[in-house]
Amino acid sequence: MFRFHVDGSSGVPPYLQLVHQVRQSLLLGYLQEGDRLPTVKDVASDLVINPNTVVKAYRQLEHEGLAGGRPGQGTFITGSLSPDPPEAHRALRASLERWLRDADAAGLSDEAVSALIAVARHDMKKEKV
Amino acid sequence: MTRDAAAVAAVQTTRLGRRYGQVWGLRDCTLEVPAGAIAGLVGPNGAGKTTLLQMIIGLLKPTEGQASVFGQTSRAHTAATLARVSFVAQDHPLYRDFSVADMLHLGRVMNPSWDQGLALARMNALGIPPKRKVKSLSGGQQAQVSLTMALAKRAPLLVLDEPVSSLDPIARLEFMRDVMAATADTGLTVLIASHVVSELERLCDWLIVLTAGHVQLAGPVDDLLAAHRLLTVPRATQDAELPGHCIHRSDSDRHSTALVRADPARMAALDHPGWQADPVGFEQLVLAYLQRPPAAAAQDDPAQAAARPGPTTKAVTR
Repeated sequence: MFRFHVDGSSGVPPYLQLVHQVRQSLLLGYLQEGDRLPTVKDVASDLVINPNTVVKAYRQLEHEGLAGGRPGQGTFITGSLSPDPPEAHRALRASLERWLRDADAAGLSDEAVSALIAVARHDMKKEKV
Repeated sequence: MTRDAAAVAAVQTTRLGRRYGQVWGLRDCTLEVPAGAIAGLVGPNGAGKTTLLQMIIGLLKPTEGQASVFGQTSRAHTAATLARVSFVAQDHPLYRDFSVADMLHLGRVMNPSWDQGLALARMNALGIPPKRKVKSLSGGQQAQVSLTMALAKRAPLLVLDEPVSSLDPIARLEFMRDVMAATADTGLTVLIASHVVSELERLCDWLIVLTAGHVQLAGPVDDLLAAHRLLTVPRATQDAELPGHCIHRSDSDRHSTALVRADPARMAALDHPGWQADPVGFEQLVLAYLQRPPAAAAQDDPAQAAARPGPTTKAVTR
């Protein structure tokens, strides 16, 4: 059975953390169509979180077409997320690795790299608006 | 548990107030907690949390206004009022000369919906022998007996006043685990006063912040978080220029960080080129409201704070 976890210090609302975990597991193949998700009560008592948070996460997944409730049986995975096309994926990864090596050669720390990525993304989002 | 918007509120207070001599312990408190919610009540010591809880459950008579539980007025010390709520006080009151079994027997005799199976299972899981006298138990064990009795009463509203302060982290987690399971199972409504803000985020979907006898903030956690932004702005920016109500502000040499209750009509202004607007976290939000000076808080009507464009209250820390 799939198990969730919640990171209290991440700043991401708990329900979104649950949604992300399902999405990520679908991408990675840990969850597949037809798999049953744990009941609201099981998740709530397992993680010691508000049951309404779990309900909200499951509703969000239903809204995205990734999960659906079957009366009396629980919530099941009904959709799948196709992983990125491997071709594009490989090319992107290669250029990213090149970039990371350049950053390393330029003496950037891990933190500086993360900060640079965050700033670049932030500025790109602003340009789009 | 899905919530029905039309359903009667689990807790409702209208202009509730209580005066102790010349001093108001709580004043003008109007709020609502829907059935099935887990509501966190946060405030510094002396803010009026216990006064509010005791009027809700009918242990204390209001000086003005009223409180109701599931649509029926809470009246001090009437059986009907007391049957609808389970209450655990800060000091976990028990009869010290009773054995644990006696305490559970008392609970069973006095409460028609008593769940003896749950009570015994919890005592067993916690390793507390029913034959032991209450006074021979450790503080943590006494707290567990008192919390167990509150759960076994199976009342639709569970009110916890600083329930877990005397428990170690694991015992605390185990107790809250049982409360979460009961909420998922039976739609139990929980009102919990606590200082452990970091713990409340995962437990609560409803939040009430109380300071100096006044409600500062009350509502569904998701809505409250969505209504606030953390703005990074140039130092020279005046509070009045901010698109909403400035709750907390800290200034550094060149820039200021302001936690703002955004005015829905002025959300577009958040896209200001020189400003950065970030979402607000649960703990950040609670602490910002707790840190407001009581004077700023008292003149503020929380119900209208979001709708009112200005003038903004000065809440500056330097």
